[in-house]
Amino acid sequence: MERRKFLKIAGVGSSGILLPLQGIQVSADQLLNEGMHSSHKRHLADVVLNTARKAGASYTDVRIGRYLNQFVMTRETNVEDIVNTESFGAGIRVIANGTWGFAATNDLTADGVALAARQAVAVAKANAKYQTEPVRLAPVKGVGEVSWQTPIKQNALQVPISEKVDFLMDVNNGALKAGASYIRSSLYLVNEQKYFASSDGSYIDQDVHRLWAPMQVTAVDKQSGAFKTRNGLSDPVGRGYEYLAGHDKDKIPGQTTLYKASYDMAEDAVLAAEQAQAKLSAKSIDPGKYDLVLEPSHLCLTIHESVGHPLELDRVLGYEANYAGTSFATLDKWRSGKFQYGSDKVTLFADKVQPGSLGAVAYDDEGVKTKRWDLVKDGILVNYQATRDQAHMIDQKESHGCSYGDSWSSVQFQRMPNVSLAPGEKKYSAKDMIRDVEKGIYIVGRGSYSIDQQRYNFQFGGQLFYEIKNGEIVGQVEDVAYQSNTQEFWNSCSAICDSSDYRLGGTFFDGKGQPSQVSAVSHGCSTTRFDKINVINTKRKIS
Amino acid sequence: MAILSRSEAKRILDKVLKYSRADEASAQLAGSETGNIRYARNSVSTSGIVNDIELAVEARFGKKSGVATINEFSDASLEKVMRRAEELAKLSPENPEAMPMLGPQKYVSVDGFAKSTADITPDQRAKAAADSIIAAKEKKVVAAGYLEDERSFAAVATSKGLFGYHASTSANFTVTMRTENGLGSGWAESDVTDFGAMNTGNTSSVAIDKAVLSQEARALEPGKYTVILEPNAVSGLVGYMMSGFDARSADEGRSFMSKKGGGNRTGEKMFDKRVNFYSDPTSLDVPAQPWTDDDFMQLGRIEWVKNGVVKNLARSRYWAEQSKGEVVPEPNNLIMVGGDKSTEELIKNTRRGILVSRTWYIRMVDPQSMLLTGLTRDGTFYIENGKIKYPVKNFRFNESPVIMLNNIEDMGVPQRVGMWGMSAMIPALKVRDFTFSSLSDAV
Repeated sequence: MERRKFLKIAGVGSSGILLPLQGIQVSADQLLNEGMHSSHKRHLADVVLNTARKAGASYTDVRIGRYLNQFVMTRETNVEDIVNTESFGAGIRVIANGTWGFAATNDLTADGVALAARQAVAVAKANAKYQTEPVRLAPVKGVGEVSWQTPIKQNALQVPISEKVDFLMDVNNGALKAGASYIRSSLYLVNEQKYFASSDGSYIDQDVHRLWAPMQVTAVDKQSGAFKTRNGLSDPVGRGYEYLAGHDKDKIPGQTTLYKASYDMAEDAVLAAEQAQAKLSAKSIDPGKYDLVLEPSHLCLTIHESVGHPLELDRVLGYEANYAGTSFATLDKWRSGKFQYGSDKVTLFADKVQPGSLGAVAYDDEGVKTKRWDLVKDGILVNYQATRDQAHMIDQKESHGCSYGDSWSSVQFQRMPNVSLAPGEKKYSAKDMIRDVEKGIYIVGRGSYSIDQQRYNFQFGGQLFYEIKNGEIVGQVEDVAYQSNTQEFWNSCSAICDSSDYRLGGTFFDGKGQPSQVSAVSHGCSTTRFDKINVINTKRKIS
Repeated sequence: MAILSRSEAKRILDKVLKYSRADEASAQLAGSETGNIRYARNSVSTSGIVNDIELAVEARFGKKSGVATINEFSDASLEKVMRRAEELAKLSPENPEAMPMLGPQKYVSVDGFAKSTADITPDQRAKAAADSIIAAKEKKVVAAGYLEDERSFAAVATSKGLFGYHASTSANFTVTMRTENGLGSGWAESDVTDFGAMNTGNTSSVAIDKAVLSQEARALEPGKYTVILEPNAVSGLVGYMMSGFDARSADEGRSFMSKKGGGNRTGEKMFDKRVNFYSDPTSLDVPAQPWTDDDFMQLGRIEWVKNGVVKNLARSRYWAEQSKGEVVPEPNNLIMVGGDKSTEELIKNTRRGILVSRTWYIRMVDPQSMLLTGLTRDGTFYIENGKIKYPVKNFRFNESPVIMLNNIEDMGVPQRVGMWGMSAMIPALKVRDFTFSSLSDAV
């Protein structure tokens, strides 16, 4: 088994962030090896299924996973680090005596996986004495041998490192030429090669790809001692290297260029440099009530925090009480069938199928076919996110396909699927929306975010803020954060742009569980208006 | 296998470095055994043991560097991992900021290994959880908790003669207790080197009391209040601030430690004169690895803030050379000097104020002023005339720890807390004019 490691990198503000680092560090070439043939995986899986059954398991699943990561990190004209990691092993989960047991091994021989299978059964039997209610699984019909791959056009891991370094150096040089004082840019590339088999009769081979290209540009005015940052406006995606092509057809012109299915990082870096400098002299916002026009690269995180997390069934039930927290969206509110989560314009749906999204797979990590379902329909809370062993707790007969483990060595559990806001049905653009606002702020990009442990009270910042007066944008403003309560906020939603404005945002390293696991999810939406939201001014002076 | 002795570790490191053909090489061998048990809804949910040992080798050719790792230690494997690191180094771009590897260091002796933690058994873990669950059931509250214990070692060596070995143990227990009606919540933590000093039942009782007392909280208007922040409420804010004690970002003009016109604020009095921060790996309260993670530099006592004056900012060897300053290594622990009062005594001396048990979801709002936002959680109480009068609803705060540490009224006895992946000694603080900006309905 392996211990979870972290790579400390500099991040937003003056704090560092920790990137989870799995497996051993290898050469970039090794990431291109084909790995174990699926027929061999099937053989090992059958060893596990038979061994566990003989040892007393009533249900078994095994995930033989090869997890590949490549991180390329730069600042200004230097490459700071290049890390390639490979992690390969098998995680085995069983039910014995009505109780879950889990064991994992990187000894991928028949003897090695058989030993782990017996360990998993032993753990289940040992834990059974603490069990108060036997596990009940929603039924799943075996699908036999199937395979699926993220529909990528170019495997990012096959692109030579030197090409990636040159790409990021071009990005950095562009920003520096445009007046940036500093820039950090990175590429984070992930490939999960997951083979899942279960005693239900499924053998599912999936090849999942994800990519993230973040950057942060800083402008410093040494004379005044002021500094401002502007982060890149891309989002992590379930796409290949083609995402970085930056096609003109994927660009949305406006106050700054926004991006759809591909990203022009070099262009965004130049804009970021110009906008970071503009922030240094931008007007400080007058606090008060404003109508907010929230652009998708910003709103995606608000959806994540105020809808995605509170509707995770394990939080609602109290399983995450000591870490991530619980939820205001309790079962009694859902059972009433009348809980007004948002205005009647608000339909929020969950899925693991949207093309290009981080959550997209054909089957989840317990072999459930993925799908789309509504969480909030026309403003009313109608459902949660559940796994096979949770479905009966909300009187449902099938899992939503929300099971995920971030490594072969991590036990899979309920994780957030993509959660998105359905676009408006009438033709309505972001320009139309701004034109209809008397006193408002147009917010682009995600900034500081904080929400309480039951997901009532939140505060969000952003990257770019534009003041709207009488239907016109009158200038860039700074020191903006808005505060609201989840239910009040979604009930203040008064307009949503149509599907032509719909885009996916997302997050790469969402943390949950103890020991903590990460997961990546996307959130789609169109530009959306929220009326009379409390905006505070965040400027402070320290002597 | 996971915990090697000093001589066993040295033998592997010496051997792998002998295979080096690079200009310079270093090797780091680290092993651990980590056990955990998790429970929720008064029932154990998961438990596990993870063993790991890994050798990381770095090879350097000029300013080109390559790192490879391996978890088997035959002669052939050791040679292979060194060759792989060398191949990676040759292929990698030059890092202009690479500094030469270090030669022999004088590592201080640290006593951070406790036999009771090293010998912990699955039954002890189960009992630790059971003690908490039983305490919860007795008081009709619902427990969710997590215990993680670790025995580990690290050994480091370079081709220039550096060698170090450090073994340590730790155990961290956190528990959230919630009343069955969902109206009260309490949290408590125990962070120790010696598992023998941990009593999950007693720690759970602290959380239970807070849960029971915090029910039916009243709403107070947001605004500026005198607050008593318990150590776990202080640590979230202080941890953020100390992560900004970095000379490079300050010198570059992008930190709250930057000086107008250039340079940094070392030497300035930025805080109340009672504020003192230092790091020391030999601390008996929070013993720590006596070298830095990235280049194995020896760590001693480092003063960060003395009597309110900034004494040092962390400065890497590269940045020290560029800025012609002294090298100040990044620490592995943090100690804030406190006072001699218990939290009860701080409450007793308070006419009107708010007691904050814990802060949560803290995020940077503005790095220029180190303005942070976050929320109170798991026990927030109104104090009047030296007594807790009633529980109050949780608040969102928007406050800078720099301002907070200028508004100190009194300090409590430091307690050990987990902070940003390391252990720290942090006192409770009584602070005036702490800014609460809105109310939260969360329990």
